[in-house]
Amino acid sequence: MKQLIVAPAPHAHSGDTVRRNMLLVILALLPAYVVSVLEFGWGALFTTLISIVACVGTEWLIAKYILKEEPTIGDLSAVLTGLLLAFNLPSNLPWWIVLIGAVVAIAVGKMTFGGLGQNPFNPALVGRVFLLISFPVQMTTWPLPQGFNGSYVDAATGATPLYYLKQMVKGGDSDAVNHLPDLWNSLLGVMGGSLGEVCALALIIGGVFLICTKVITWHIPVSILLTVTLIAACIGWTGMLPEGMTTGQYVAYQLLTGGLMLGAFFMATDYVTSPMTPLAKLIFGVGIGVIVMVIRLRGAYPEGMSFAILIMNACVPLLNKIRPKRFGEKVKTTK
Amino acid sequence: MSKALNTFTNGLLKENPTFGLVLGMCPTLATTTSAVNGMSMGLATMFVLICSNVVISMLRNLIPDKVHIPAYIVVIASFVTMVQLLMQAYLPSIYETLGLFIPLIVVNCIVLGRAEAFAAKNGVGLSALDGIGMGLGFTLSLTVLGAVRELLGSGMIFAAGDYAGLTIFPEDYKMLIFVLAPGAFIALAYLMALINKLRK
Repeated sequence: MKQLIVAPAPHAHSGDTVRRNMLLVILALLPAYVVSVLEFGWGALFTTLISIVACVGTEWLIAKYILKEEPTIGDLSAVLTGLLLAFNLPSNLPWWIVLIGAVVAIAVGKMTFGGLGQNPFNPALVGRVFLLISFPVQMTTWPLPQGFNGSYVDAATGATPLYYLKQMVKGGDSDAVNHLPDLWNSLLGVMGGSLGEVCALALIIGGVFLICTKVITWHIPVSILLTVTLIAACIGWTGMLPEGMTTGQYVAYQLLTGGLMLGAFFMATDYVTSPMTPLAKLIFGVGIGVIVMVIRLRGAYPEGMSFAILIMNACVPLLNKIRPKRFGEKVKTTK
Repeated sequence: MSKALNTFTNGLLKENPTFGLVLGMCPTLATTTSAVNGMSMGLATMFVLICSNVVISMLRNLIPDKVHIPAYIVVIASFVTMVQLLMQAYLPSIYETLGLFIPLIVVNCIVLGRAEAFAAKNGVGLSALDGIGMGLGFTLSLTVLGAVRELLGSGMIFAAGDYAGLTIFPEDYKMLIFVLAPGAFIALAYLMALINKLRK
């Protein structure tokens, strides 16, 4: 006989679970992952494996031996954190750095605050930024795509397109235009960069899949991308670009290179660390867009997506003050 | 006698300035980039703390209530000036590293806090003991925090000036973040959590 449960409304349950959502996000990341493996070869597989195993292992150990509660690794959130962390790392990173990043992501970024649902910052980004500040040389040495031909440790490396984009406007270096990959290659991801961020096309496909399956809403990604487009276009219109570069091309490069697509669709939209209401989500997205462009144009780092998302994560409790009207609440009438 | 002992150990354990009272966070976070830096900062503060506690305790019946804070600050500032000049003369390298944080001992909450909370109400002997206990507690906390940050951030421990210190692991493996500001907060938070757990 079924047990009688007495509970307050609502009673209907859609059957939606954390596990299902995580699974869909992982599924949406797969196209981009396939491209990464084809481009970066064994390094991509190896980095991802270490990252995921370390994330799941850390969460299990902490839940079991420090918090002394039933481990929740079955909800796949640690797997997703591990996958996203690996997506944000160069594929030739030494294994022990990946391990440190994964442990920091879960231990500092998530479990310290009490586990899934309580963390104010995106765990994968906490891990990445920790590594970026701790190991600046290794974290900004990007392997160039060469598939399975290159060996894991001695891959050829080069700067990312964003470095040249920055040189163009901040450093006034007109030669930088010649170093940029061709736009088609940027869209398909044939360029240096973090493991999972290179193929913009695959990330967009994954993002659209998430919006269609209602795992995420359109507000955050669209507002981020529109803000970046607008600011990049303003740079073009004010004539700050060197010769041989049109405004349209510049906007396209800003959108297609770096971690923008990965961040906009997969990192900024994390349920726990993004605001609830549509208006707040739009403000959140615009904030990320503005901060990322400020860092890209004027900051010390060539890319600022992870910093931008973390800074806006910190504003989420404030943005959550924007609440929908309570059901039945009287609207104040003004004379 | 037991009261004296209590006063002394109070600052070391129960009301440890850093991990118990959470006072003086500014020098705690800023100067603990290495164990030696943390220890020097702690010792300088301890000197000021003991001297100001003794003098304020002696003057406690003479200082009018209405101006007691300015009066305390004048006493504290005099000792800080002494420490500053002494360090400049005899320990120039540490003086250079700690820089602004030496004169800032004047506004350290621990020094003024102990003057208000203890020295103004107790005898000279007890106040001196309180200064020693609190000072040692502060020095110990800063040294431990500095040692953790130095170890993780540079792979060495107790390095100072020309002395290279003990190398625990090669420099390639250092985590730069621990020498920077975010690492200070992370290390402090986890040490405090650990100490709270051990206290229970």
